[in-house]
Amino acid sequence: MPSKIPIGPYHPLQEEPEHFILTIEGEQVVDVDVSIGYNHRGIEKLAESKTYDQVPFLVERICGICSMSHPLAFSLAVENCAGIEVPPRANYIRTILDEIRRLHSHLLWAGLAGHFLGYNTVWMWAWKYREPLLELSELLTGNRNHYGMIKVGGVRRDIPPEHYPLIRKALDELKPKLEMLYGAVLDDPVLRARLEGVGHLSREDAIRYGVLGPTARASGVDIDIRRDYPYGASDKVEWRVITSERGDLLARVEVRLLECFESIKLIEGCLEQMEPGPISADVPRKIPPGEGIGQVEAPRGECFHYVVANGTDKPERLKIRAPTYMNLPSFRATCLGETLSDVAIILAGIDPCYCCTERLVRIKDGRGERRLSFEDLLKLSWEKTARLRKEAKDGCVE
Amino acid sequence: MASAGSKTRTSPWQAWGISRSPWVYHLATGTCNNCDIELLDCLTPRYDLERFGIKLVGSPRHADVLMVTGMMNRKCLPRFIAVCRQVPKPYIIVALGACGANKGIFHDSYNTVGPVERVVREIMKEDTIVVNVPGCPPKPEAIILGVVKGLKLLQERRR
Repeated sequence: MPSKIPIGPYHPLQEEPEHFILTIEGEQVVDVDVSIGYNHRGIEKLAESKTYDQVPFLVERICGICSMSHPLAFSLAVENCAGIEVPPRANYIRTILDEIRRLHSHLLWAGLAGHFLGYNTVWMWAWKYREPLLELSELLTGNRNHYGMIKVGGVRRDIPPEHYPLIRKALDELKPKLEMLYGAVLDDPVLRARLEGVGHLSREDAIRYGVLGPTARASGVDIDIRRDYPYGASDKVEWRVITSERGDLLARVEVRLLECFESIKLIEGCLEQMEPGPISADVPRKIPPGEGIGQVEAPRGECFHYVVANGTDKPERLKIRAPTYMNLPSFRATCLGETLSDVAIILAGIDPCYCCTERLVRIKDGRGERRLSFEDLLKLSWEKTARLRKEAKDGCVE
Repeated sequence: MASAGSKTRTSPWQAWGISRSPWVYHLATGTCNNCDIELLDCLTPRYDLERFGIKLVGSPRHADVLMVTGMMNRKCLPRFIAVCRQVPKPYIIVALGACGANKGIFHDSYNTVGPVERVVREIMKEDTIVVNVPGCPPKPEAIILGVVKGLKLLQERRR
């Protein structure tokens, strides 16, 4: 007899309100269902009432952890729409901040994953190493988490040359700590036993569900927006895309931690190549009619923004697709058949960010504005029965 | 920064009991995650509030302080009220971030029912202490200061 276990909406496991319904038989999970909407804030609608200068601040607040990716994707979309050329120095600054954000996000996830596994030491370590990055962000942008650095056509603040050594020093100090964390997580026999072979997502399933980012790369799908559709300065610096063929949780930990080293390489490369120059292009107040897309590799995968401009200073429509939206359905491939005790870490394994995901679409009846009342449904049902009856009768005649 | 009515009185014993090592229950009601991670940041080695016996608990029934983040969306409102009813009295509510204090950038959103203080005063009709900690996100120092101020207000209600 299967029984249902609710997780959430307020649960010590989760930072965000989210409701999972697990159906279990004995210890085994046989079905998983998710109910969202606790974080819906109506951002797409709000964006239509704000000017192009204001929207980056709004979309930055979609998610606090990847708060560099959303404004960047929006700016790329508007620049694509209006054909604005971004100065090279602004591109370098964008990539530097994006990668600092990625480092912080991956460390944050590593810590939370350790917390979910009962290894609070990993949590404390990872978050301790993350702290200098937040201080670095505060130095460069003025805030620990929401930066407000991106604007359409460039960036808002320059990184002065006297800050370069400070960035280099912070990264140099971070490297040995990351190596230690990587070694400690991968060498620990208990962590290995908890992670290896658990929550397996095969390459076929990864493609079928369309998962993105580190989750896809850990299953052997070689995708990365920074390489495939370069933005910022990611095509000017040498780095490589980390993939793993195994597809289990250990692979996801490995991919994320190794990506941190690539992020450091990217930042260092940008600092070397950066040359003085303007940091922002002239942007017209009113964007000519058209549409544009922006793609950014957020820490969790591809973040996609689609903008329709109508010739005024406000966007006509902004469509956002965040990576977790694609990664979430893969729970059905990874959770089923696992034991209940592994579910916590499997759910955390995709690095879910529900704040990013909560978009709302109102689906109207395909034929117009009409709403279907109970009588309408009843009528439709009767019509269908009549149609079927008629078909059956016709069939008998033949 | 803080606001308090002074109707409900706290017995000296209750006030003394809550003044040391308050336990915190965290409730997100339509957030961007940032206040939440800054709240967790308070517990990690840089700030390490666990030194003082302050810790996050898994159930509102164990909590002294309710940390509320986010702009309070319509789906979260009944859950927020249900959680508030479960917290042992007296308790304080700390509304974190610009959203918790005055809805922040989501002021015009169709899905918000108002800042935490309005919900507590007008919908729940309670005079619980509500401390607003503005900032987007507030720094961990500000969060700690907010809790300390709230606890002081609770002490002042003692007669």
